[in-house]
Amino acid sequence: MKEIVVIIGGGIAGLEAATQLLKLGHSPIIVEKSERLGGHVADWNRLFPDLTPAKDIVEELIASSKDANIFLKTEISFINRLKDSYNVMLSNGISISTRYILYTTGFKLFDAQKKEEYGYGIYNQVITNADLEQWFNTGKDKRISGKEISKIGFVHCVGSRDEKARNSQCSKVCCITAIKQAIEMKEKFPDAEIYCFYMDLRLFGKKFEDFYIKAQRDYGIHFIRGRVSEVSENIDGRVIVKAEDTLAGKPLKVTLDLLVLMSGMVCNPESTKAASMLSLPIDSDGFLQSCDNVFHITSSPRKGVYYAGACTGPKTVPETLAEARSAVLEIHSDITNQKK
Amino acid sequence: MSIFGFKISPSSAINLDKIDRSRFDKLCSIEPDAFRCMACGSCSATCPAAEFSGMSVRKVLHCLQRGKEEEAFRMMSNCMLCGKCTMVCPRGINTRHLILSICRIYDKEEKK
Repeated sequence: MKEIVVIIGGGIAGLEAATQLLKLGHSPIIVEKSERLGGHVADWNRLFPDLTPAKDIVEELIASSKDANIFLKTEISFINRLKDSYNVMLSNGISISTRYILYTTGFKLFDAQKKEEYGYGIYNQVITNADLEQWFNTGKDKRISGKEISKIGFVHCVGSRDEKARNSQCSKVCCITAIKQAIEMKEKFPDAEIYCFYMDLRLFGKKFEDFYIKAQRDYGIHFIRGRVSEVSENIDGRVIVKAEDTLAGKPLKVTLDLLVLMSGMVCNPESTKAASMLSLPIDSDGFLQSCDNVFHITSSPRKGVYYAGACTGPKTVPETLAEARSAVLEIHSDITNQKK
Repeated sequence: MSIFGFKISPSSAINLDKIDRSRFDKLCSIEPDAFRCMACGSCSATCPAAEFSGMSVRKVLHCLQRGKEEEAFRMMSNCMLCGKCTMVCPRGINTRHLILSICRIYDKEEKK
C-alpha cells in the first residue's frame, strides 16, 4: 500500500517534497491555506543571482507535483496522536490517518509598519521589497509608474537583527535581494542614483560577491554603511533620509523619490499554531526547533514529523529545495526500514 | 562678538543632494577598480605616513565619493607614494596608480 505523507504548506518546499515523494512511489497530500500554490516565491519576479524568473520555478514545481492530493484554502483543524500514527483533521471536514507529517509552513515577511521611523504606510514614497517585486510583475503601482524617479534608496535589515522588533536573526537573503533589486531598478531607470544603506553586507552564497562588485562597478550603485535613523517627507512628497555614514563617521542626508525597505523573514504564526498541535518545540527566534542544527535539521523530536524550508529559519530558494529533498529521503528510508 | 569664546563650527554633515559627483565619475571611468574597495582598512594600517598625518587611501576614496574633496586633498598631500598599500590590498587595487589618477583628474579641473 502507498504510504500517505501529509505536507503542511504548498510553497516551494511542499511542492518539491511532493514531487520527490511521488517519484519514490508514495502518496503526498498537500494542505495549503491560501487559494494558490507557490508561497512567497510565486509573488517574486526574478531570483538572485542569475535573475531566474520565479514563475518558471513555481510552474515547474506545480507541474511535477500535480499527481499529489492538493487541498487549497484548507487549514489544519487539529492533529491527534495515535499509538504510532497521527490523525489529521482538515478544515474542510476531511480526516487523514498518516504516519508521516512534513511541516513546510515557511516564514512571514516582517511587517514594515512596525518600524514607524521608516514611514511605511505613512509616507507615500516608502515601499517594501515585496511591493517592488509586485510592481516588477504587474507594472502597476502608482508610487512608481509614471513618476519621475531619479533617486532611489534601499534600506537593508528592516526587522532583521533588530532585538526591539523581537527578531534577532539575520534574514540571510535581503542583502543579495537588495543588490538584485537595485540592479533591476538601475536597468529600468538608467539615470537614477541608487543608494543602499546597510549595516553589514552578508554575501555568503555562490556568485553573490561577484554580483555585489558588479552592482558597484557596472551599475554605479552607491553603498552607504549606516542604518537609516529616520525618514521624513518634504513638501513635494519626496522623502528625506537621515543616516550616519559610519565609514566616514559623519551624519548624512539625502532626498529620495523612492525608498525601498528590505523586510526580513520572521516566523510564521501559522507555523507556530500547527506546531503547537503536536507540542513541537519552538526556538528562541520563534521558528520551529530542529533536533539539532547540523546533522538533523529536517528532524523534529517527534517520530514521523519532519521539517523542510524556512519554517526552521530564513533560507534561500536552493537551500529550501535541498531540505525538501533531504526530508523526503529521511521519510523514505524510515518507510523502507519499517517494511523490512 | 564672541564674549564667551564660543563659535559655531561648520557642519561636517554629508548632504548627498548637494554634491557634484562628476569628477568622481570621471575617476571611476579610468580607475574602475575604485569601486572594488570594501573599506577593510589594510591600506591605512600599513601606511607609514598614516600615524603622523592621518593619511588613508580608504578615507581618501570615501571622501571623494561623498564630496569632501578638501579633506581628501589634505590627506593625500602626505602620501609618499611608497606603494605599501598596493602590496597589501586584498582586492588587488593599484592604489598607487589610483592616487596618481586622482591627482591628475582633480588637478586638471582646478586649473580650468
